[in-house]
Amino acid sequence: MIEGREGRAALRHKSAEIALAALFFFLGALVIADSLRLGVGWQEVHGPRPGYFPFYVGLIICVSAVITFVRALLLRAEGDKTFVQVGQLKLVLTVLIPTAIYAALIGWIGIYVSSILFIGFFMRWLGKYPWWKVAAVSLGAAVVFYLIFEAWFKVPLPKGLVESFLGLD
Amino acid sequence: MDEIQALAHGFGVALTLKNLLLMFTGIVLGVIIGVLPGLGGANGVAILLPLTFSMAQQPGGATSAIILLSCIYWGALFGGAITSILFNIPGEPWSVATTFDGYPLAQQGRAGNALTAAFTSSFVGALVAVIVITFLSPVIANFALAFGPPEFFSVYLLTFCAFVGTSKEPPFKTLAAMMTGFALAAVGTDPVTGTLRLTFGSVRLLTGFDFLVAVIGLFGIGEILLTLEEGLAFKGASAKLNLKVVLETWRELPKYWLTSIRSSAVGCFMGIVPGGATPASFMSYGVARRFSKDGDRFGTGQVEGVVAPETAAHAAGTSALLPMITLGVPGSPTAAVLLGGLMIWGLQPGPLLFIEQKDFVWGLIASMYLGNIAGLIVVLTCVPLFAAILRVPFSVIAPIIMVVCAIGAYTIHNAIFDVWMMVVFGIAGYLFKKLQYPLAPMVLAIVLGDATESSFRQAMLVSQGDMSVFFSNSLVGSLTGLALILLFWPLLAWTIRRIRGD
Repeated sequence: MIEGREGRAALRHKSAEIALAALFFFLGALVIADSLRLGVGWQEVHGPRPGYFPFYVGLIICVSAVITFVRALLLRAEGDKTFVQVGQLKLVLTVLIPTAIYAALIGWIGIYVSSILFIGFFMRWLGKYPWWKVAAVSLGAAVVFYLIFEAWFKVPLPKGLVESFLGLD
Repeated sequence: MDEIQALAHGFGVALTLKNLLLMFTGIVLGVIIGVLPGLGGANGVAILLPLTFSMAQQPGGATSAIILLSCIYWGALFGGAITSILFNIPGEPWSVATTFDGYPLAQQGRAGNALTAAFTSSFVGALVAVIVITFLSPVIANFALAFGPPEFFSVYLLTFCAFVGTSKEPPFKTLAAMMTGFALAAVGTDPVTGTLRLTFGSVRLLTGFDFLVAVIGLFGIGEILLTLEEGLAFKGASAKLNLKVVLETWRELPKYWLTSIRSSAVGCFMGIVPGGATPASFMSYGVARRFSKDGDRFGTGQVEGVVAPETAAHAAGTSALLPMITLGVPGSPTAAVLLGGLMIWGLQPGPLLFIEQKDFVWGLIASMYLGNIAGLIVVLTCVPLFAAILRVPFSVIAPIIMVVCAIGAYTIHNAIFDVWMMVVFGIAGYLFKKLQYPLAPMVLAIVLGDATESSFRQAMLVSQGDMSVFFSNSLVGSLTGLALILLFWPLLAWTIRRIRGD
């Protein structure tokens, strides 16, 4: 495992457990609220109203969340393991944030250019590869995806300005 | 013997050059998917599903499509064993138990024996399950033709309660995850009256959440994030597999016939009653350890300790397709994805499939026999190649997998919004896994949510709100009763432990 400062706990198990249980409770409450709006009772001809089923679904989510919440609160200090270390969290975020940016870019500049940038970024920044390798793998991957999806299986992928410039639309 | 005749017809359907080619393609793709971190049976099939959309439009195309996808599944089942034995990294959750004895064997320089044992017992487990499917599914389908809404609801209830009763995760977390799946399934239009639900005025949510996107995010992105945490030192034993080792292991394997039979039985049972391959493999490992005369040496590198979990995992993974084709109720997330494929191709899964789509059903069953033979040949001959994939550095393979996931999520509906949802589901998958919320019941709830609710409401309409309709005859009564026992099983087990004073 990672030593020193990087190995310190960024988040304890108990806090993570409580936070997720609270999130579940909120979700359950949201479902219950909308079900009550739709009606949870019996209706002539149609039987149970549209809110009937989701209402109980929401109720079970809330009850389960409360039980998990209480159990987490009762967790003793020695059972409170590290949920994620600082170093681990950094690694996860260095992947998660670029991935989120990548997902946003697809709609804007198309999947090919954004994939080339994404793979290139990863290899250059995390893998420290020389530029020619970065270019070869990222461009190669884009060409392979084009051939498999669009040329062979005729599945259209999102495109941006560069593709229309190259006449691939 | 109608089944034999139907099966022979199925072989006729499956044995075309095109289908055989698809079979090998599927197996190879499947093994690669099984070996790669972040890609597994469920999301691998989900990502490749859009590729079959145009294929399924041609006559007989649906059969070719299911052959391709199911072979990816078999390949993934085989592939999981490779990483477990050589690298001590379970490529799939169901191969965790394979690492217990498989990795020690590899460290002792007996990787070849472990791999041969794993592949051969996978094959045996699958074969037993396919034979069960061949003879049992027509019976169940025929039986299910008479099912009404109460019967279907009780089957769904049993499916979901089985998760609470058999999963290793805390029961309330299982419930929370499962019900979240139901809530996600309810988003969009109500299946009975068409009323909009849980959309909160958002136009994007009108059509609801697609479970395929959820599968890709939860299992794909979530898994990569988890793998990242573990650090990325893949240190593996070398994978040499020659004929001498294979034959030597094959001579040894018949000794474990009892373990094989037991594990196949556990696997088939757990696959049909949706427990899934993962608990089946653990359960079978535990049972084998208790009954084997070398039981106390398990964990130090016993071939029998590889045979037990692999047989069960493959038997469960295969037999999970039985309820999928006969009742339309998948037994595992991957079976759920295949079910989603069937619906997209315009086939209605369920008992009528056996009457209206004979070519499709028997072609699929025949392809299970052929696909597993093809799988055994491919993995026995190409192990070093597949193992080499894991030596590709993570900083190259991870972004490529992410891009593949994104393409998969996009192509389902040609919607960018789905790619964003995939990232959200990825974060959820990471948190769920770390905090022991099970993913499988959530995925199945998203898939079956609407059908479960519709059957419940129809049953309520027929009975005018009387709940006793779920106990109205012996069939529906025993299904509901069994479901309730499984639902309260954690509580029962806890009470029994208390009374005994352990």
